[in-house]
Amino acid sequence: MRPLTPKRILWICSGLGAVLFVAVVVSLRMGAYPIGVRDIVMTLFNGAMGRRDDIPSEFWLVVFGLRLPRIALGILVGASLSTAGAGFQALLRNPLADPYVLGVSSGAALGAIVSLIVAPHVVGAIQIAAFVGAAATIAAVYFLGRRGGHLDSPTLLLAGIVAASFLSAIIMFLLTMVTGSELRSIAFWLMGDLTAPPPTTNVIGWFGFLFFIFIVAAGAIYTTSSDLNLILTGEQEARHLGVNVNRVKLVVYVAASVLTGLAVSVSGAIGYVGLLVPHVMRMLFGTDYRLLIPTSAIGGAIAIVVADTLARTIVAPTQLPVGAMTALAGAPVFIYLMRRRIR
Amino acid sequence: MSAGAGSGASMAPQPVPFSASPSLRLKVEQASYAYAATDRSAPKFTLGPVSFEAQQRELVAILGPNASGKSTLLKLLAGLLKPLSGRIEIDGTEVGDLDLRVRAQKIALVAQESELLFPLRVWEYVLQGRYPYGRRLRFESDEDCLLAGNALAQVGADGFRDRWMDQLSGGEKQRVILARALAQQPSLLLLDEPTQHLDIGGKVELLRRLRRLADENRYTVVVITHELNLAAEFSDRIVLLHKGKSLRVGKPTEVYQREILEEVFEAPLEVEIGYSGRPRVILSGSH
Repeated sequence: MRPLTPKRILWICSGLGAVLFVAVVVSLRMGAYPIGVRDIVMTLFNGAMGRRDDIPSEFWLVVFGLRLPRIALGILVGASLSTAGAGFQALLRNPLADPYVLGVSSGAALGAIVSLIVAPHVVGAIQIAAFVGAAATIAAVYFLGRRGGHLDSPTLLLAGIVAASFLSAIIMFLLTMVTGSELRSIAFWLMGDLTAPPPTTNVIGWFGFLFFIFIVAAGAIYTTSSDLNLILTGEQEARHLGVNVNRVKLVVYVAASVLTGLAVSVSGAIGYVGLLVPHVMRMLFGTDYRLLIPTSAIGGAIAIVVADTLARTIVAPTQLPVGAMTALAGAPVFIYLMRRRIR
Repeated sequence: MSAGAGSGASMAPQPVPFSASPSLRLKVEQASYAYAATDRSAPKFTLGPVSFEAQQRELVAILGPNASGKSTLLKLLAGLLKPLSGRIEIDGTEVGDLDLRVRAQKIALVAQESELLFPLRVWEYVLQGRYPYGRRLRFESDEDCLLAGNALAQVGADGFRDRWMDQLSGGEKQRVILARALAQQPSLLLLDEPTQHLDIGGKVELLRRLRRLADENRYTVVVITHELNLAAEFSDRIVLLHKGKSLRVGKPTEVYQREILEEVFEAPLEVEIGYSGRPRVILSGSH
């Protein structure tokens, strides 16, 4: 009998953090302008220490101006999607649940597309519109997914699927009305893409804001992780053991939806990461949510950083949307996991 | 008390008079419940009123044919349903008033088995029984492990603590589920048809184990079962339900009467007294 301890979580997360750091350094190195690993590490170190004067200006521009913001966005999106996926899998008691199953991504996509059509040149409009679309979908699905005043998992799942297909139908209708460059940017957006520049010049403030939302929402899910372990063995049984199931479901639904809305608003609907990363982490480290939530977050970040590095280098100078990359890699991984009957 | 009157005077329920004994643990007083499809429609099924009480170290069997209200009664006892009228008290406190965690420290329910979504080791499953004793986000202490280990030993499941739950046989799984309930250190142990998937040897072993747990650990055990003879052999008190009514409450010898059982179970039955002095039910009329 070897129960999970905070120390063990810390060790495993440190290990994964190291892998993420290596992925980040490798990703920073890849690209048209070559920089050595040593220079990257020194640039990062001096940047972190606030010693901008010690950094050659071209390194500063490439690392902090171009590549790092994109990597930071990838980390944020990957961590959000995987945490949300793990949350939805427990909430819906369904191993095939992913962050998009309840229609949040379709709502965000609709908002984004409307903003691309109505106000194509307004900075930040797409992110705001996407978030509004996601929030409206979250609220609508919440009210449709209740039974007897509480969230009911099968009803919620049905409400989400119906909302997603309805919104997709509207998206298809709108797509027939746009042409040319708009269509291309919408296609990129629907597939999931990290190339959109931050909507403000205060890049650090923007990322600080996004990471704050991530920490609050992921932290809220983490506080329920002991409860989720019990809910996975059955809602009724969790109730017998003293879990306030209705409260836990509400917290996880809102927090996981916010994480999904956050990710989709800044990068479009990147597929497979939120579905597969939690399963891979379960295979590696077990099903305990106290460990699964943080490992999924870091694992999701690693997955997107690696996928995006491949997406922008594999057919350079052309850049693929990262969503195409995750789908290409994700489908075989999914089939492999399915063949192993998802343990 | 009109409900529960059965079909004749001899069928009237016989609630045990309440006493203020210090070992009194469970007191059910005129508890009733009704299911309805919607809030406004007429109830589809009503239970009760039911009255009985149980002391420490007592094993109570709830008997009755299908759809007689057994599971509903058990849910009322567990606090999962709120009685429409009447009271259910554990150690002098109304079950519905207990905080969820406090309730889980006092009452453990062994439900009919449910499907696990992701596989778990046996010891991980049993450790879940310690959940009511910590903060919401908790890590198990050495004491939790000790108690979970004791619970596994008590049900004779020590040997397979490292196996996966989905690799256990029906009987082994039943023991592990019981061990999780014991890890809760409850004073009231409720079991919903625990003998359902067991062979006859497993059934006897389980009832014997429950009897021993009640005797040695001062648990009060309430068990739903279809096993009339095992219930007669091992329980102190029988609650016989029929069509949502509490038909008889009392010792096995008081409840096991031919005409009552025949009416309830709609089968030709005979009741005789076995070597142990407890009633035994056999099919009659077939020879």
